[in-house]
Amino acid sequence: MTSANIGNPGNGRIAIRTDHLARQYQMGSTLVRAVNDVTLSIPAGEFVALLGSSGSGKSTLLNLMAGLDRPSSGAIFAHERNLAEMNSDELAKHRSHTIGIVFQAFNLLPRMTLEENVELPLRLAEVERNERTARVFEAAERVRLTARLSHRPGELSGGEQQRAALARALVNRPTILLADEPTGNLDSATGDEIMLLLREINETLGMTIIMVTHERPRAERFAHRLILMGDGKILSDGGRA
Amino acid sequence: MKARDLMDLAARNLREALLRNSLTTLGIGVGVASLVAMLSLGVGLQNLATERLSRSGLFNAIFVTPRTNFDGFGGRAERSSPPEAAAQPLDEDARHKLAALPNVDDVYPDIRFPTEIRYAGNPYPTVVAGVAPSTRNDGAFEDMKGAFFSGPSADEAILQIEFARRLSPQQPDSLLGQEIVLRYAERQALPPDSAGDKAAAGAAGFSIVPREKKLRIVGIVETEPGGGFGGFGRGRLLIPLQVAETLRAAQTNDLRDLLRDTPSKRTYESLTVRVKGASDVKAVEDTIKQMGFTAFSLLDASRNLNVVFAVFDLLLGIFGSLALVVASLGIINTLVMAILERRREIGVLKALGAADRDVRRLFFAEAAVMGLLGGISGVLLGWLIERAINFGTSVYLSRQQLPAITVAAIPWWMVVAAIAFSIAVSLAAGIYPASRAARLDPVEALRYE
Repeated sequence: MTSANIGNPGNGRIAIRTDHLARQYQMGSTLVRAVNDVTLSIPAGEFVALLGSSGSGKSTLLNLMAGLDRPSSGAIFAHERNLAEMNSDELAKHRSHTIGIVFQAFNLLPRMTLEENVELPLRLAEVERNERTARVFEAAERVRLTARLSHRPGELSGGEQQRAALARALVNRPTILLADEPTGNLDSATGDEIMLLLREINETLGMTIIMVTHERPRAERFAHRLILMGDGKILSDGGRA
Repeated sequence: MKARDLMDLAARNLREALLRNSLTTLGIGVGVASLVAMLSLGVGLQNLATERLSRSGLFNAIFVTPRTNFDGFGGRAERSSPPEAAAQPLDEDARHKLAALPNVDDVYPDIRFPTEIRYAGNPYPTVVAGVAPSTRNDGAFEDMKGAFFSGPSADEAILQIEFARRLSPQQPDSLLGQEIVLRYAERQALPPDSAGDKAAAGAAGFSIVPREKKLRIVGIVETEPGGGFGGFGRGRLLIPLQVAETLRAAQTNDLRDLLRDTPSKRTYESLTVRVKGASDVKAVEDTIKQMGFTAFSLLDASRNLNVVFAVFDLLLGIFGSLALVVASLGIINTLVMAILERRREIGVLKALGAADRDVRRLFFAEAAVMGLLGGISGVLLGWLIERAINFGTSVYLSRQQLPAITVAAIPWWMVVAAIAFSIAVSLAAGIYPASRAARLDPVEALRYE
């Protein structure tokens, strides 16, 4: 895979920008402000770690960036397109073409082989059949998993499953990769392998990576920028220590 | 998502919970089978009735009588008809005019007369009827023993089975090929000069002369075709119409002819007009009425029959559909269960770029596949039931020494309609689960364990 294949991150351009972004929901009689007046800007090609304890709002912010959730107020822009103003079809296209998502629990479909799992976003994006095989192989090669394509997720180790999930996130050649606790279910060594892969993708493809984690040391080691969240707000935002 | 990928994913999902989905599909199949079996019975019985009635020759025939003959006969229909010409005599001229009407195949008189035949030296009183060649394809001759008349002027006879049993109680079939002697009274017109004083003698217009004619028995039938409709009784000895006409046998309306101004000019008591098809009956019947005759057909009875069968089919269809309604609840249940089980998967699909409509279409596709497979299996099952009904009926009838009949029938349109209906019902059943799946919040779905 070449960097030319992975969209165009654009030097100096903004990948994600939020403007007084808020997401709140009612839980019984309590109003929970999961994301509360967050304004930030993430340039294209940056590797950002969203840090914070449980309930700090980092996953909610990631979901808003993914277009899986809608803000209660404020605006969120992906490549200067306001997700808050998109209808559900446009948000689906945003998830299909602009971003790739990796989850802590891998979320591979167990009855499909790795090849079929990686191919799934291509099916949803209506990519022609004859092009899919090459694209799947290309993504699998990037995560060094070509030998395991015919296996089902249950036959693989956690690290292999996460690499497969990473290949699935990359196969549609997004410009932004969102990772929600990608090493949360992995041992330390395997977690490092995944982080190295993420750094490689960021450096070679110039892809913007926004990663939610509560592992500060690992974030400091791999990310360019650390954003610490607490109670839905940004507590600190800066480069690694 | 493209249709092929959609169907591929749907098939994969259905294979995943194979037992449950198979049972649901079987439920639909049983529903469709019940519908098909019910409707096949309705259609089969309708076909049977229509076929029997059309083969009787009554549904493409119009019975014409002189208007003065039966004032009340068909009177109701006459009142609703357009103004008609003055009453006309039903004579040879009228017969030719009727034969010249469009869509008329044949016009023939109803010739039947009581007489006596001699067989093996013994006299047997009976009723002789002339049979037109155009009635050859009527159902009455379908299962006859022997053969139809070899020609329109053949000196041959076909016996009605009851009469044949009178001639030969033990072996009526042995009568085939035997000769009988027909004794009849021939009507002979008198020369004009001898009919000068009509009031002076009963033989003013014609005389009656006893005659005999030898006939060979060629066939034995169960019933006379269209027998007795316009006449005074069933013919028990059938002869070719042309032969019957050349006999010039005296008939019951001959006495009425004596009172007419031109008694030597033969009139008919009734004529039967055969039209090409049942759909031509109405137009020809109206024309005949306008010509000054009384006309009657079984068209109205046929229409009522169709209405009765339409209602019958509707009721059978409703009862048959009840099973399909129950089956559709099975589809709803299966798909709702699938949503619960595949909640996380739906969330993943949405996270990977599936639009709400992709998820909705996926569930619809699964419902449609179950409907299609259920429809096909239902039609097959319905076909087996139809065969069983026909087989059972045939066995029962053969034990009663009756010929086998087809009481249930599955036409092609029913096969296509049943499968289409099955898919439609399945899609309708899939509406709620599909929209519920489409509306699923991906964040909630991904959080679901």
